Amino acid sequence: MTWPHARRAFVLGLFLSVASGPVHGQDAPPAPTNDDCLMCHGDTSAQRASGSSVFVDAARFAESVHGQLELACTACHLDLAAAEFPHAEQLMPARCDACHDASAFEASVHGRAVAAGMVPAPTCWSCHGSHDILPSSDPRSRTYRLNVMRTCAQCHGASGAEQGRPGGNVAALFEDSIHGRALLRSGLTVAPSCVSCHGAHDIAPPNEAASKVNRANVAATCGACHEGIKRQYLGGTHGALVQNGDPRAPVCVDCHSAHHIQRADVEQWQVDVIRECGNCHTDKLRTYRDTFHGKVTELGFARVATCANCHGAHEVLPASNPASPVSPEGRLRTCQKCHAGVNASFAAYDPHADTHDRTRNPLLFFTARFMEVLLVGVFSFFGIHSGLWFARSWREVRRHHAAAAVTEPPPAAAPAEGPPADEERPR
Amino acid sequence: MSPHEDARYVQRFDRYHRITHGLLMLSFLGLAATGLPLRFSGAPWAYYLSRVFGGFETAGTVHRACAVVLIIVFIAHIGRLVRRAVVEKDYSMFWGPASMVPQPGDLREMAQHFRYFVGRGPRPKFDHFTYWEKFDYWAVFWGMFVIGGSGLMLWFPRFFAHVVPGWAFNVAMLVHGEEALLAVGFIFTVHFFNGHIRPEKFPMDLVIFTGRLPRHELEEERQGELARLTAEGRLGALEASPPKPFVVTVGRSIGTLAVVIGLSLVALIVYAVVF
Repeated sequence: MTWPHARRAFVLGLFLSVASGPVHGQDAPPAPTNDDCLMCHGDTSAQRASGSSVFVDAARFAESVHGQLELACTACHLDLAAAEFPHAEQLMPARCDACHDASAFEASVHGRAVAAGMVPAPTCWSCHGSHDILPSSDPRSRTYRLNVMRTCAQCHGASGAEQGRPGGNVAALFEDSIHGRALLRSGLTVAPSCVSCHGAHDIAPPNEAASKVNRANVAATCGACHEGIKRQYLGGTHGALVQNGDPRAPVCVDCHSAHHIQRADVEQWQVDVIRECGNCHTDKLRTYRDTFHGKVTELGFARVATCANCHGAHEVLPASNPASPVSPEGRLRTCQKCHAGVNASFAAYDPHADTHDRTRNPLLFFTARFMEVLLVGVFSFFGIHSGLWFARSWREVRRHHAAAAVTEPPPAAAPAEGPPADEERPR
Repeated sequence: MSPHEDARYVQRFDRYHRITHGLLMLSFLGLAATGLPLRFSGAPWAYYLSRVFGGFETAGTVHRACAVVLIIVFIAHIGRLVRRAVVEKDYSMFWGPASMVPQPGDLREMAQHFRYFVGRGPRPKFDHFTYWEKFDYWAVFWGMFVIGGSGLMLWFPRFFAHVVPGWAFNVAMLVHGEEALLAVGFIFTVHFFNGHIRPEKFPMDLVIFTGRLPRHELEEERQGELARLTAEGRLGALEASPPKPFVVTVGRSIGTLAVVIGLSLVALIVYAVVF
């Protein structure tokens, strides 16, 4: 919904005229005072024909930021300034942009949804409330740091997931994240809420270049708090790629997730993030899983080296860079972080050896082929051996039983001195 | 057939053999159960089996403890062989019917055995050690060096890095897992088949627990040995009374438990390989 400038100016004029008292020299009826409005709307039982309440809590309005300014009802309900009373049931929606610059909101994903007539689409009062608006610095405000997440969760929580909104139930993910715990459980006011990353009025979807959560901007958004990590990241291979606009480059949220960010010292996260590295470094993950480190982490134990323990996390550099912990120069020191006192030969172990790469690991390659032949050979030979033997033994045992049945004397002819043979059988 | 039916028994294994085999079984089962979750770390069951022992570190300790037991058993075995050869001047272990050394006769018997399987000849007249028993024996021997050697390298990498180049640890890691898979797969299928699953032995051949072989089995399965012992006049000295019921019960329990555990592990391996 756009608001032509000419009309805005007209409305502003109207507002000013209301604020400064009756307009001189005009015949229009005087605009109602707040007390006039509260004659009806102050009654808790006041309702529309449909039965929905039209009660306005005068005390809460008086406390609100607009009440403190002693704004008239007609400052927002513009069409009432010149209406006959009792006024029509259908009124124009309250206008915030009479005073507040709404251009950022109108350009946002929410503003565009409103303009497109999407239902439901959030307007100013969806987040700020209506008669009880409090400044966001007030701990009771819907937009206070510690509260704003609940406000967003009205749409981006469980109901968001049901109605197929972007991200589904992101509120639940956020609540279980390190940011959500800090904010909601610890009440840490420096912890980020939704608006810290997404913006408030200017929220844009991540696929738009202007969005704070666009891939090109994620590092800057996270770096607003995590300045040191941002510098490490931008100095590393991944950061360099993203600065070159490489779409393959991993940004913060690729490894940490966007809403479900976990503490990096939690074992489960440390072993899970290995798979994130493996999303791009497929062959490296495969060869890592052949090693003791890779197997123990696959079982869920992070006591052994994960990707980051050797390669670094944010500042990851290629092995060709002497500053890299996996460079030929730095490798031994990297191994020694866990394996105290080991020598260069120990560090010459190939942590990404490939049993199928004949040029990289020739001896391993041939050993692997030998073991394959050995295993297939032994199991094939003894598979056939045992199979044939079983078939023969089966026939043999059945023939024995048949022969025993024929040669055994019938019970009637059993020797008197011993019990019948078939009584002994079951033992 | 229950032991009561054939009162005549022939001594086959002495107490040393039975204790050695018992420790070998125990340590081998422990090694397999603690090692397989690592070998198949990607299988869903590995997550749980690795926690049965209280996590990978405790499992690693159990694995190494079992390895030590197995190495002691192996050294004790070598020690006994050396003692027989050097002190007792008993050279029968090097060649002949009482020797584990593969001999031309083994190949002949194997060929005969295959002909017997397909109904084209009689059962070979096996002597004290058959060709498949020798294979079992040398498989363990070879496995001790390959798995044990690579295992020690992986246990003490800092020390071994002074002796071997870095890639040797890659090879050690590979052969430790593959050879162990061969050993576990072989023992829990082929060895179990020979001793338990084939119809003549089902449900269990107790000779390794009791040390005594029913005389009729010697007559049916080891005619060569029976003829040789008779000709040498040694059969009488080897005749034994039936094993005590207590020994039979213990042997049957241990054997059953081992077979159940072993076949379960095989099922897990098959699951991991197929899915």
